[in-house]
Amino acid sequence: MRTVYLDNNATTCVAPEVTEAMMPYFTELWGNPSSMHAFGGQVAASVTKARGTVADFIGAERPEEIVFNGCATEGDNHALMGVAATWNGPGTIITSRVEHPAVLGPCLRLREMGHNVIEIGVDGEGRFDLEAYEAALAANPGPKLVSVMWANNETGVIFPIRRIAELGKAAGATVHTDAVQAAGKLPIDVREVPVDLLTLAGHKMHAPKGIGVLYVRRGTRMRPFVIGGHQERGRRGGTENVPYIVGMAKACELAKAALADGSEARIAAMRDRLEAGLLATCPDSRVNGARACRVPNTLNISFEYIEGESVIYLLSDLGICASTGSACAAGSLEPSHVIRAMGVPFTAVHGSIRFSLSRYTTDAEIDYVLKHTPEVVAKMRALSPFVPH
Amino acid sequence: MWDYTDKVMDHFRNPRNVGTIEHPDGKATVGSLACGDALTFMFRLGPDGRIAEAKFQTFGCASAVASSSALTEMVLGKTLEEAEKITNRDIAEYLGGLPDQKMHCSVMGREALEAAIHNYRTGEENTVSVNEEIVCTCFGVSREEIERVAKENSLHTVDEVTNFCKAGGGCGMCRDRIQEILDEVNHAAAAAPAAPAPKKLTTLQKIRLIEQTLDEQVRPVLKKDGGDVELVDVDGDTVRIAFRGMCAGCRSAALTRDNLIAARLHEFVDPALRVVTE
Repeated sequence: MRTVYLDNNATTCVAPEVTEAMMPYFTELWGNPSSMHAFGGQVAASVTKARGTVADFIGAERPEEIVFNGCATEGDNHALMGVAATWNGPGTIITSRVEHPAVLGPCLRLREMGHNVIEIGVDGEGRFDLEAYEAALAANPGPKLVSVMWANNETGVIFPIRRIAELGKAAGATVHTDAVQAAGKLPIDVREVPVDLLTLAGHKMHAPKGIGVLYVRRGTRMRPFVIGGHQERGRRGGTENVPYIVGMAKACELAKAALADGSEARIAAMRDRLEAGLLATCPDSRVNGARACRVPNTLNISFEYIEGESVIYLLSDLGICASTGSACAAGSLEPSHVIRAMGVPFTAVHGSIRFSLSRYTTDAEIDYVLKHTPEVVAKMRALSPFVPH
Repeated sequence: MWDYTDKVMDHFRNPRNVGTIEHPDGKATVGSLACGDALTFMFRLGPDGRIAEAKFQTFGCASAVASSSALTEMVLGKTLEEAEKITNRDIAEYLGGLPDQKMHCSVMGREALEAAIHNYRTGEENTVSVNEEIVCTCFGVSREEIERVAKENSLHTVDEVTNFCKAGGGCGMCRDRIQEILDEVNHAAAAAPAAPAPKKLTTLQKIRLIEQTLDEQVRPVLKKDGGDVELVDVDGDTVRIAFRGMCAGCRSAALTRDNLIAARLHEFVDPALRVVTE
C-alpha cells in the first residue's frame, strides 16, 4: 500500500542531503569540539560553520546569537524561564490562547511562581487580537515578556509577528516567538522582525528529531536553562550534538534554497486544490482559518456531524497520514484548545482534520487524497445519528 | 495510535447492524455532539419476546463505533430481562478489552441499552429524572451514574471515573464532588480517623486553607479568562486580596469577589470571613 504523508506539521522526513551531511560525524569525525587536540578541533570548525549557516537562514547578525539545543520545547522553556529568571520580582508574560503546549506549560509554571500571565485571544478565523494585546502591554508596567507564535501548528494561521514585536519592544518587553511552524514555509528575517528570541525545531524542516535552535539577540538578558557546561557560550550546557547540528545547518540551507526557488507557491497551489476539492465533494465542511493569512502548507478542515479520530483511522487504512484536533485522539475529553479558542461551532469542533504538506508532496498524492477522503467522510456520516436528512 | 484490539478494529471497520428500524419497540439516544460522542440505539422484539432486531447510529471515535456495534450483536436473541444484565464490562470484554481512557464508550453502550428498554416499558424518552443531582455539568453525568460505574468497575480515583463516564474531564470543577461520592461508595469515610475537626482555626491554618481554596476553587475559573487573584493579607476575619491579569481593572471584579471568592471562602474556610480588595 502507498503512504501519502500529509502530516508535516507533526514531523517531516529527513532530507537525503541532510542524512548524507550528517554521516561522517557518526563514523570518522566523532571528536569532542571542546577538545584541545586537532582531532576534536576539526569538529569544532564544523560546528562554527553550521552556526553561521543557521544565522544566515534567519538573518541573525552574528553566529553567536544561535544557541543549539535538543528540541523546540527546550528552546521555548529556555526563552520563558530564562528571561523570567532575570526579574527581581513578579513580572508579566503576555502570550496567546492558541500557543503550543511548549509555551503554555512554562506559562503555567511561571504563574505558579507568582508571575502574571495574560493570554490574548483570537477571533473566529484564528487571528490574533492586536487590540487586546496593546491594552495588555499598556496596563502592565514592570518587567514584561511577550511570547507569541509566528504561525499556528493546527490551523497554519500566521500572526502579525512584526507588529507584535514592534509594539512589544516599544513597551519595553522582551519578545520571543516560537517560529517552529513558520520556518521553511515563509521567509524569516530577524533584521526586519525585531524579536529578541526565536525558537526553531529541526524535525519540522527536514532535519532529524533531537535538534533545535534558540536565537538570542545580542544584549538579551536571560539565564541558562540547561546548566553545568561552558558550551554555547555558557547558555546551554552539554556536549554539542555535532552530527545533528551539521544536519540542522544543511536543512536550513535546503529550506533557504527552496524558498528562493518558489517551492512554497507550488505547495500553496496543491493545498488550495486540496481545499477546494474537499469543500466541493464533502458538503457541510468548513475550513478553519480560511479567511486568515495562513502558511502555504496547512489545511484544517472540519467535517460536520462526524468525529475526527474515526476519520483518521479510516484514512490511515488507505495509507493517508493526517491528524486531528479531536479530543478522542489526544486521549483527553476536551477537543483542541486552538479550535475551541476560535469558537468553531460545536457540531464541527470534534471533526477537525489537519492536512499538512511539504515540498516532497506530489500532485498525484493530492489526487489520491481527493479521491478517497469523500468516501471516508460518507462512510462515517452514514453511521452518524446527527446528519440531517 | 490507540492500542485497540483486532476485534475493536474489525467492528469499527465493518460495523454490524448500522441504521434505524421503522417501528422500533424501544429507542434511545445518549450523549451529544458537544460531548464528542453519541449513540442512538433501537430494537424490535420478536413474537417470542426476544430481541429480533437491533440497530445503531453512532457519532464518535473508533471505540465508540465498535462498542455500539458489539452491543447490537450481544443483545440479539435475548429477552429484555437477559439483556438488562449486560454491563459495560461485558461490552468491553466482548471486544477483547478497551484502553482505559476509552472505557466510557462501553458505558455509553450500556446506558443506551438501558434507556431503550426503559423507553419500551414506559414510553418515556429520558431516564434521567429531574430531581437527580447532575455532578458533572460539562458532560451531564448524574450522581447515580457515577455511583454505578464506580461500583460496577471497582473505581477508586477521580481519573478512573473520568475514563469510565467522562465526569470530571471537562472544566474539572466537580472533581472534589466526585471524590466525595467515591469515598461514600468505597466506605472510605468509615475508615478515616474520626478526629473531630478543631473548633477554631489557628491563623496559620486559616491562611493555608484560604490559599488552598483559592487554588482549587477560584483560580481555575479566573484563569479561563486570563485572570488571577493574589492573597495579600489575612487580618482576623478580614481577607485582603488583589486581582491580577485580566481581572485587574475588570468591571466585574467586585462581582467575582463577592459571588465567587467570598462564597467559596465561606463554604470551605469560615462563614465569618470578610473579603476586601486591595
